[in-house]
Amino acid sequence: MNETSQIAELDIDPYAADNLADPYPMHQRMREAGPVLRLKPYPSLVACARHEQVHAVLNDHENFISGAGVGLSNFNLEPPWRPKSLILEADPPLHTRTRAVLSRILSPKAVTQIRAVFTAEAEALLERCMAKGEIDGIHDLARRYPLKVFPDAVGVESDERENLLLYGDMVFNAMGPRNEVLARSAERMGPVTPWIMERCQRERLRPGGFGDQIYQAADAGEITHEQAPLLVRSFLSAGVDTTINGIGNALFALAQHPEEYAKLHANPALARPAFEEALRWESTAQTFFRTTGRDTMISGLPVTENTKVLCMLASANRDPRKWPDPDRFDIERRPSGHVALGSGIHGCVGQAVARLEGEVVLTALARRAKRIELVGAPTRRLNNTLRAIETLPLRLVAA
Amino acid sequence: MPDVVFELPDDREQRVSGRAGESVMQIATAAGITGIVAECGGSAMCATCHVYVDPQWLERLSTPLANELEMLECTAAERLPNSRLSCQIKLTAELDGIAVRIPDRQQ
Repeated sequence: MNETSQIAELDIDPYAADNLADPYPMHQRMREAGPVLRLKPYPSLVACARHEQVHAVLNDHENFISGAGVGLSNFNLEPPWRPKSLILEADPPLHTRTRAVLSRILSPKAVTQIRAVFTAEAEALLERCMAKGEIDGIHDLARRYPLKVFPDAVGVESDERENLLLYGDMVFNAMGPRNEVLARSAERMGPVTPWIMERCQRERLRPGGFGDQIYQAADAGEITHEQAPLLVRSFLSAGVDTTINGIGNALFALAQHPEEYAKLHANPALARPAFEEALRWESTAQTFFRTTGRDTMISGLPVTENTKVLCMLASANRDPRKWPDPDRFDIERRPSGHVALGSGIHGCVGQAVARLEGEVVLTALARRAKRIELVGAPTRRLNNTLRAIETLPLRLVAA
Repeated sequence: MPDVVFELPDDREQRVSGRAGESVMQIATAAGITGIVAECGGSAMCATCHVYVDPQWLERLSTPLANELEMLECTAAERLPNSRLSCQIKLTAELDGIAVRIPDRQQ
């Protein structure tokens, strides 16, 4: 390819098990190699691993579209594994309409309405965790909390919610290649897709919840009634596994940095910036793709139309060109501009809810525990997109 | 190098030079002005970079888009007619000297 001859090529597979387990050495190699890269195992894509280019691509939705999918698969060339998301995998003008509805339902103002309930649930859960003393930070806390509060807020019935974990795991695995990780995820998932779509029907949703508000927007003519269940599905795809791992990664980060945890315990008002720093330092969503909608350039390097663009979010969040001492976990850093929740018109629409969950869980923990200690080696759950922990043995030492 | 004049909640003034194309929010956070939180990083999704634009500069700004108007409903400090999100104000040479007041709280 003559026109892309200036783009460096690396023989790296970001989806190989060792890179999924420890991506940071790979990130460094990719950042050092150039602003735009080719990866030998995936000739259909270019990759950006530095903050400047990742941010620029995410903020240029005209050249870098989402409608051809935000994973490795190009929906212009192969059909998606499920009906396309009407917001994540959509471009203006469709995206503009659906996004307006979801933004309003999940706005910072709307989130003030759920703060009291989310706080009470966090306080009650941390009481139970403290009573146990030794917990699995994932099973007993990071997984339990979002799985309770978020589907409750959407208005989903309380039975069989573990299905949401299987579905979320699959959604984020499907953004990578058809590797072993994806095959195992698909096996585990079983008949979850019809279960999810049943739960997205209006009659199954609690009146007044986020899900019901989608149908109210359809009643008002902002979106169609056919679109409503798919938008409810977006809450359930994107709103559970993400925050679970966001909280799990924050717990792990704090357990590895007792001096940072001590600051949080001394001043629980640092809970929100601590969660933010954890998002930067150990980003839940490691990668997202765009597709070039036309021939374009990234940092002066030409990229042809219909090319997949791999945005290495987690790498951008540790780019020394952007962040001083980027590998240091510092809860007093103000990491505004990190891209763990994306950036631009497709930035996480639920970010106010995600931050609320992180804040109230870490606040409830900081008030009760003077130390949190790892009492065994954590295990990872490999996922093609998410940085996920399977087990996190912790001792919570009461203040 | 257009300047932005920040009027801080304690009535001090801080003048900061920026580059054309940068947002007023980016200039504030780079200068360590803590009254601008900017949690979402500039995507008009959090309403924590709220400022009051000096009325004489207000009419020189482009009108807010729908997403900014939605977020201006969510500000922690009172929304006034000159309320804007600083992440949506892109600096140009014509805006050299623009004055914005920072509210007493963002969350």
